[in-house]
Amino acid sequence: MTVVEILIYTCLVIGVVFNSLGVLGLLRFPDLYTRMHATTKATTFGSIFTSLAVVVYGLSMFFSQNASQYLNLAIHAFLAAAFLAFTNAVSAHAIARAAHKSGIKPMLAVVDRLEEAKL
Amino acid sequence: MIPFLVTTGMAFLLYLILTAGSGSIGFWSLSELAMGAVLAMITGLVTRKFLCRSESYRLLSPIRLLLLLVYVPVPFFIELMKANLDVAYRVITLNIRPGIIRVHSGLKTDLGIFMLANSITLTPGTLSVGIDEETNDLFIHTINIAEGDEKKEIIESTELFRLVNLPAWIRRIAE
Amino acid sequence: MIDVWILAVFCLTVLMAFAVVRLVLGPTAPDRVIALDTVNTLVIASMILLGVVFQEIIIVDVAIVYGLLSFVSTLYIAKYIGGEL
Repeated sequence: MTVVEILIYTCLVIGVVFNSLGVLGLLRFPDLYTRMHATTKATTFGSIFTSLAVVVYGLSMFFSQNASQYLNLAIHAFLAAAFLAFTNAVSAHAIARAAHKSGIKPMLAVVDRLEEAKL
Repeated sequence: MIPFLVTTGMAFLLYLILTAGSGSIGFWSLSELAMGAVLAMITGLVTRKFLCRSESYRLLSPIRLLLLLVYVPVPFFIELMKANLDVAYRVITLNIRPGIIRVHSGLKTDLGIFMLANSITLTPGTLSVGIDEETNDLFIHTINIAEGDEKKEIIESTELFRLVNLPAWIRRIAE
Repeated sequence: MIDVWILAVFCLTVLMAFAVVRLVLGPTAPDRVIALDTVNTLVIASMILLGVVFQEIIIVDVAIVYGLLSFVSTLYIAKYIGGEL
C-alpha cells in the first residue's frame, strides 16, 4: 500500500463514519433543531471528506500518468464540495428560521430569546 | 457598469476553472476561451443586479481575498473539526441542554453578518435561527448551554468560539 | 482499488435508506425537509464517488448542478413553511 492509498482510505472512512453519525443523529435526537445540528454539521463534514478522497485520487493519477482528465476530476470534485458546504449552511438557516416562524418550539429548551424578542 | 464587469469576471473565472485542462493556451483551448467569454458576458448582462446588490465592492481588494482564502482552510476548518467531534459525542450520549440565545455580533455590513451566520451554523453546537435586522444581533440555537448562560440577556460572539477568534477574522475580511 | 469506492457508495446508499425512515416518520413538515436535504447531500457525495468508479467526469458535473437545484428547492420550501410565499 502506498501513502496515497492510505490517505484515500482514511478520507473515505472518516467521510462514511461522519455521514452515518449525521443520519444516526437525524433518527435519535428529540426535536427539529437538534436534528438539524446533526445533519448540517456531520453530513457536510462527511461529504467534504469523501470528496477530498476523490481529489487526492485525481491529483495522484494526474501526477503519475499526466492525463488532464484526472486534473479535471479533482477540480470538479473540489468545487462540488465547496458548493455543498456553502449551500448546506444557508439552507439550514432558512429552514430553522421558517420553522420557528411557523410556530415550532424547541423541545427541552431552557431559554428562548427569539420567542421573547417577538420578531 | 461596475456590477456588470464584476459579474462577468466572476462568471468567466468559474468557466475557466470548470474547463481547465482542455487545450494548450495555458490550460485552455481557444474555442473554450471564446465560448466562455461570450457566455460570461450574457450572464453578466442578465444577473448584474443580483451579485452586487449592496453596492459595496470591499471584497474586491486583494488583501481581503487572500485573507478569505486563508480563513476557510485554516481557522474555519479547525472549528469545523471540533464541531463534528462535539456532534459525535452528543449523538452517542444524547447529553443535551438546548435553548435559543441572543448573541451580540458587533458587525455592521450585510456581508459580515452573512459570513458570521454561516460560520456559526457549521461550528460547535450552534445553529443560527434568526437575525434582528436593526441591531444586527443573531439568535442562535445552542445544543448545550453552559450553566448560568441562560440568565444572561446577551452574549458576546467571541464567547462562542473557544479555539480560534473567528469574529475577529470576519471583521478583518468583511469590514 | 475500485472496490473501495463501490463499498463507500454502498454505505452511503444504506444511510440514504435510513434517512428515508425519518422522511416517512417525521412529525412535522420541516423534519421531512431536513431529511430530504440529508438524502440530497448523500446523493451528491455518492455521485462524486461514482465519477471515480465509472471514470466519467460528467457525473461530477451533474452532481454540482443537482446540488444547486436542491439548494433552490430547499429555499423555496423554507419560504413556503415560513408563510412568506
